[in-house]
This record gives sequence, C-alpha cells and structure tokens, in this order.
Amino acid sequence: MEQPVLKVESLTKIFTRKGRPDMKAVDHISFELMPGECLGLIGESGSGKTTAVNMITRLLDPTEGRILLDGDDITGISGRELRKVYAKMQMVFQTPAESFDPRRTLGDGIGESLRNNGWGRARTKMEVAELLERCGLSADFASRYPHQVSGGQCQRAAIARALAIKPKLLICDEATSALDVTIQKEIIALLNDLRWKLGGNLSILFICHDIALVQQFCDRVLVMYRGKIVEQGRPDDVIRNPQNDYTKRLIESIL
Amino acid sequence: MSEATVRIQKIRKDTVKTRLILFGTLAFLLLIGSVFSEHLTPCDPYLQDLTNAKAAPSAAHIFGTDRYGRDMLSRVIVGSRASIYSTLLLVAVITVVGTGIGVFCGWHGKWIDTVLMRISDMFLAFPGLVFALAVAGVLGGGLQNAIIALAAISWPKYARIARSQTLSQKETPYLKAARLSGSGTWKIIFKHILPNIMGPILVTSMLDIGTMMMELAGLSFLGLGAKPPIAEWGSMMSDTRSLITTVPWVTFAPGLAIFVSVMIFNLLGDTIRDYADPKNRGR
Repeated sequence: MEQPVLKVESLTKIFTRKGRPDMKAVDHISFELMPGECLGLIGESGSGKTTAVNMITRLLDPTEGRILLDGDDITGISGRELRKVYAKMQMVFQTPAESFDPRRTLGDGIGESLRNNGWGRARTKMEVAELLERCGLSADFASRYPHQVSGGQCQRAAIARALAIKPKLLICDEATSALDVTIQKEIIALLNDLRWKLGGNLSILFICHDIALVQQFCDRVLVMYRGKIVEQGRPDDVIRNPQNDYTKRLIESIL
Repeated sequence: MSEATVRIQKIRKDTVKTRLILFGTLAFLLLIGSVFSEHLTPCDPYLQDLTNAKAAPSAAHIFGTDRYGRDMLSRVIVGSRASIYSTLLLVAVITVVGTGIGVFCGWHGKWIDTVLMRISDMFLAFPGLVFALAVAGVLGGGLQNAIIALAAISWPKYARIARSQTLSQKETPYLKAARLSGSGTWKIIFKHILPNIMGPILVTSMLDIGTMMMELAGLSFLGLGAKPPIAEWGSMMSDTRSLITTVPWVTFAPGLAIFVSVMIFNLLGDTIRDYADPKNRGR
C-alpha cells in the first residue's frame, strides 16, 4: 500500500491561560493525505483549521498527538532537522501582501528557500524567473516589492515561492479568501493546472470556508467544528447527504 | 481627496524635506567641526596667559578669556570633541545594546524574556539622572565613566521598543513564510526583523542625541564627567560658575554651544520623525 504524504494522529492543541478555562482549539483530529490527493478542510472561523495547520507546519507546538510527513515523525524535531523538513512542505498564506517581507523584493522571497538550500545567486535568479512564469507572472515581477503588486499577483508569487523547493505537500491556508471572486477563480485554475502538471508529486491540503470551492477543487473533504472533525468524505457525498448538523447548516447557508 | 488637501500635504512634505536638509547639514557641520576641532582653533586652547586673564570679548578673543587667560572660543571648539563625540558614542552604544537585548527577548520569549524585562523595569523605575549620578559616583569621575553610567540607565527604553516591535513582527505571515523557507534564527533576525524594526528605533536615538548631550554636560557640570584641564562644555561651565556675576562671557560661551548643538540635534530628530511618519509620504 502506498504511504501517505501526511499522517496526523490525534493532534490536539489546548491553549491554557491563567484565570480562564482551558481552550481546546484542536481536539484529537486524525487524518491521512495520500500522494497526489487534494484534501479540503472546511469549517467556520474559530473551528481550529488554522491552529491545526500551524501545528502541521510546526510553527506551533502541539499539546498532544503525532505528525508524520512522508513516514517520518516530525512532531518533536527542531532546528536544522526541522529546516530540512520544510523542503517537503510549503504553505500559501491567507493574506497575500503580508506574506512577503515589505522591505524585500518578491524575487528575494521566492528564492529564499533555494538560497537556504545552497543554490547560487545566478541559478536562483533563473529558477525564480521560471517559477514566476509558470504561475502566470512575467519574470520582471522578481524585482518588485509587495506593495507594488495587486493581491492576486501577490498570491501567484506566493504560490511560486511555495513551489520553489518542489515540496511534496502544499498547504493552502485560505489562500483564496482575501481575493475577489474573479481572481479567486484564476488562482484555483492555476492550482488545478499545477496539480495536473505535477500529478502524484504534489498533494494539497486546502483550507477553506467556502464549500462550493472545495467541491470544485478537492478529492476529499474534512469538516471541522469546534476543534473536531465532524464529517468526512467525497465533497459531492457530503454536500448531497450531510450527516452532521453543522454541515447541514453550512450547506443550507449557501443554497 | 480634494485638491486643497493634496496641496497642503505637498507643502508639508516639502517643508519636511527642507528641514531635513537644513538640520542634517547643520548637524553634519557640527560633526565635521568636532572631528577637525584641533585644526580650527584660532589660539591654543590650553595655553595660559595670566596677564590677559578674564579679558572681555574682543577681536582677538571673540568669547573673551577665562581666569587663566585661555581663549574661550578655542576651548569651546575643542570642547566639541569631548561633548559631541562622547554623546554619539553613548547613543550608538545604547541603541545597539538596547536593540540587541530587546530583539533577543522578543524572539526568545520564555523565562529569559521575563528576567531581562524585570531588570529593565528596575532601571526604568529610578529617576534617570539621579541614578546616573549614583552610578557615576560609584565608578568615580571621568568622561568614560559618565558614558557608562548614562548607558546603564538608558538602554531599557530601546530594549522595550525593540522587544515590542519584534513581538509584533514575529506574528506576521512573512516571518512564518521565512521560517518555512528554512531560514535559521540569525538569518531571520538580521534579514527580516532588524530592517523592519529599525525605523522607530533610529528615530528614538536621533531624538535622544540632544537629551544625552545635555545629561553628559550635566554630569560634567556636577564634576562627575570630564576632568580638568580637558575642555568639555559642562565642566567648563562648572569651572567658571563662580565668575558669572563679574565675567559672564566665560559661562556664556560653553552654554551657548550646548544650547545650539542640543537644539540642532533635537530639531533633526523631530524632522526625521516627521519624515519617517507614513502620513507624510506621498503615495
């Protein structure tokens, strides 16, 4: 049997604060992501999607549970080992403009992971130009600053940055929700195109609160509510035959 | 936006730029003057001429002479070396040290952050100059010790600013992206955090130059800074304060020098703050 790219086992995050009851942001979630698969993760604001993703990318330490990337346990690692892991896993953020350093060019940002992995300046520059073109931008965007480009262009650059190191897992944390509808469609088309070109080499974890978008784009969907996974299955099945109250309300609110 | 507001904004931007050029040039001239002060003096600042002591301002001695007959103008010029040099050194030291500690605390967090910030609270709790007096008193006189004393009480301000800025930078998506790009801690601090937090810190240090110059002169005036016969504005005023009723020019000259240079650096700091203010940027 094929090995999952990402396997999450009873991942939990409890935020503790003095004088307040403990907050279970993510409550024992488990799921697997197979190579080439696109998994949607939906849920309302505050349902723990972003917390879960931050734990998977190890930007946040989990309270409990294990994260396996490509079969390796990455839950407890740090420093140099963790940096190596980031060559397999990349993320596209919700706010395109803020995901680039305002004082550095887009090209610097896109090439950063390559430079960190020992690429030379000239080779990185060429690769950045190619990446930009693959994401539908001209090569001269490399010398622009984040405030000089539009949200959609910035998100394309962010996708280029995420793909630079050729990761196996791409996490899109509400990558389209800050964009207007037409641009959203373009970005989805771009992601679809990249998926088709890269085939089994790229798995996507697609976090979203728009169930229609998930239906279009994902092979499988997880529904999160109050830190728990309440429902999962093929998007069409979930939409036609929702089992959970929250899922029902979510679908009704759109129809 | 109406045409009038646009025009007002443009005028304001222009005046800020003019002020920046003006005060920048003046501050630069002061600096150059202090670097080459030994070559700019009309007379030897340390040459005593008792027959000509306490002479009133004249063509030969524009600011008059002090009780040993030394030319006041030359002494004020040479004194700029001690005053301006040590002020800039002091501000540079507290900026670098304070920022370093602040960024470290903000980035590292946990117990080290708590410990260092409580220590900085302790320093902030004392009235500044009183504490500096105590430190300088314990260390003994001398310009170097005065600088150490003032540095010891001034770094917490910078540490506070740097820490809070680092904390807010730490949560931005681009820093997360930088971590995901596999950049190590040092690279993130030097390439991403520092360039993004330097603005407010530099403005604070520019505004501090004037204050620090005055506090250094104050310590010298109280006998805890530069030791005679070294010409330093604060100690020059202190030396001659008993003569103020009979030969006022001897205190007037260093006083004027302090006033003018503190003014120039304060106005420069103000202007840089205005210039750095995004509201003044035409975009």
